[in-house]
Amino acid sequence: MANETKEEKIYDESILGADYTHGTVNDKITDIVLTRPIQKGWLIALAIALSGLLTLFISIFWLIKKGVGIWGNNNPVGWAFDIINFVWWVGIAHAGTFISAVLLLLKQKWRMSISRFSEAMTLFAVACAGIFPLIHVGRIDRAYWLFPLPNTMWLWPQFRSPLLWDVFAISTYATVSLLFWYTGLIPDLAAMRDRAKELWKKRIYGALAMGWRGSAHHWFRYETACLLLAGLAAPLVLSVHTVVSLDFAVSVIPGWHTTVFPPYFVAGAVFSGFAMVITLCVPIRKWFGIEDIITMKHLDNMAKVIIATGLIVAYGYLMEVFIAWYSGNQYERFMTLNRFAGPYCAFYWALILCNVIIPQLFWIKSVRQNLVWLWVISIVVNIGMWLERFVIIVISLHRDFMPSSWAMYFPKVWDITTFIGSLGLFFTLLILFIRVLPMISIFEVQTLIKPKANSPEPTASKHS
Amino acid sequence: MTQTNTDNSLYGLIAEFDSPKELSNATKKAYETGYRTMEAYSPFPIHHLHEHLGVTKTRIPAAVLFGGIIGCCIGLGMQWFASVVNYPMNIGGRPLFSWPSFIPITFELTILFAAFSAFLSMLGANGFPRPYHPVFNAKNFERATRDGFFLCIAAEDKIFDIEKTNSFLKSFNPKEVSEVYP
Repeated sequence: MANETKEEKIYDESILGADYTHGTVNDKITDIVLTRPIQKGWLIALAIALSGLLTLFISIFWLIKKGVGIWGNNNPVGWAFDIINFVWWVGIAHAGTFISAVLLLLKQKWRMSISRFSEAMTLFAVACAGIFPLIHVGRIDRAYWLFPLPNTMWLWPQFRSPLLWDVFAISTYATVSLLFWYTGLIPDLAAMRDRAKELWKKRIYGALAMGWRGSAHHWFRYETACLLLAGLAAPLVLSVHTVVSLDFAVSVIPGWHTTVFPPYFVAGAVFSGFAMVITLCVPIRKWFGIEDIITMKHLDNMAKVIIATGLIVAYGYLMEVFIAWYSGNQYERFMTLNRFAGPYCAFYWALILCNVIIPQLFWIKSVRQNLVWLWVISIVVNIGMWLERFVIIVISLHRDFMPSSWAMYFPKVWDITTFIGSLGLFFTLLILFIRVLPMISIFEVQTLIKPKANSPEPTASKHS
Repeated sequence: MTQTNTDNSLYGLIAEFDSPKELSNATKKAYETGYRTMEAYSPFPIHHLHEHLGVTKTRIPAAVLFGGIIGCCIGLGMQWFASVVNYPMNIGGRPLFSWPSFIPITFELTILFAAFSAFLSMLGANGFPRPYHPVFNAKNFERATRDGFFLCIAAEDKIFDIEKTNSFLKSFNPKEVSEVYP
């Protein structure tokens, strides 16, 4: 690639099929929403996702009615599935912002075809994440006490607590992600407005596009605003998982109280997020026939990001063990040995297998080019990252300083249904999204098309 | 589109081009000729096109900076007010204004306000939401979000003359030049 000229590098055919023109890219992406008939497979997928969503509603209803006692949480394991799932979902969310903000600032062209889709994934994952801290507070009617709202007693939340920082970080992250996503959608909503045949569709897309005309003034201000939003979202995405890691690192629990947590959590978030993007992209690009827009090159690049962030995560695991030994702290040492050979050691070794060993297969090019391998390994990484949070939270809590307070943690049925329910919410939103909004950024992909020297337009139009 | 066309209600003349290059070239020449009240439309951003229209500056970055500073002040101010003025708590003689632990929330609010400024100032500067605009009536204008590239010279431009402007636009060999009525 090094000896290619600049021009050729901008119009890289490996990230967009060669036959596309501006018009056909537009048709291809808008047709998925506007003209493609509703298929049986899509309806079945939606039905499965909706039953998951129903499970979530029932689980939350039962939780509110009965209280947190329906979960397996106990003393000392006060945080369990609720916080594991919260951290897991927030981590997954990070890939979307990373792709749309950090890669935009780095001028990575391949970002364009997958940014819209992964930003949507971000929003839906944050929605799933947000449920868990909210429902585990116990008295949900008082959840608004988390916010600095005026009240007759002039009481304030504890601004020195990482748990409150988390409230601000997650709510800011959700809001800014939504703004960034909507801003990115405006020109494409206008394209949908102009392509739609039915008046009611024109009206809805037209109202959402707010009168976008694609004028040079619009584009200039639009690009300025997008660049600034990316510049704001990039540090934000790094701060969010840092603050999540501070929920742990600021406490004194062995296994939590370490300075490696912020970078290791952020890398882990991007690691799991890219894995989720691959898990979703592999089937979707096939079902909707967009293999020449989301190409093997995209999947290959994402697999490489997984190796890079996976190695940072592996470094984090290594440092945890090293510091446990090097610090000479008996509680840290015990915690590490308890991870290696305690009652939950199978979870620890499964985590090492899923997050450190199996992703190394991505070093092999033929594995990165094989859809089955990509898909399977991406799911393994997702499982591994869930196990990581289990190991961090449950193993540290279940045997802390005093042996008299040790206890085992076992999830109950409502822990599991709530987790499955959050998957249902995620997939319901995602399945609806791909049939309602353009899942690929049309105008960005159009800029990837190489201008032809003598372009004969296929549509016959009279020449003046 | 059928219109009751009278010359004095003419919004402008619009030329449709096939490629970004042609549009860019025509816009540049039009500006050099002296046209000012005009607008170029394209389905995707074209580099430097706004400069050909004589636009080089936007106040959006300033608005974002302003929003960020406001957010920062509100974030830090709120925590200072709560911890020092409104509900001071002496915990072992530690300082009330323990600013290092106020940084995360201050940072988040800075980003939040700056992002809203970016979004709202972009909408405001573009005049959104604006459901109606005369140019939507232009022939083939729905292609401006697909593969059409348009240059519209408004009738209110100082040197606009229906005959001369028409032949001027036709000199770039566009697909079509048509009149736009509001």
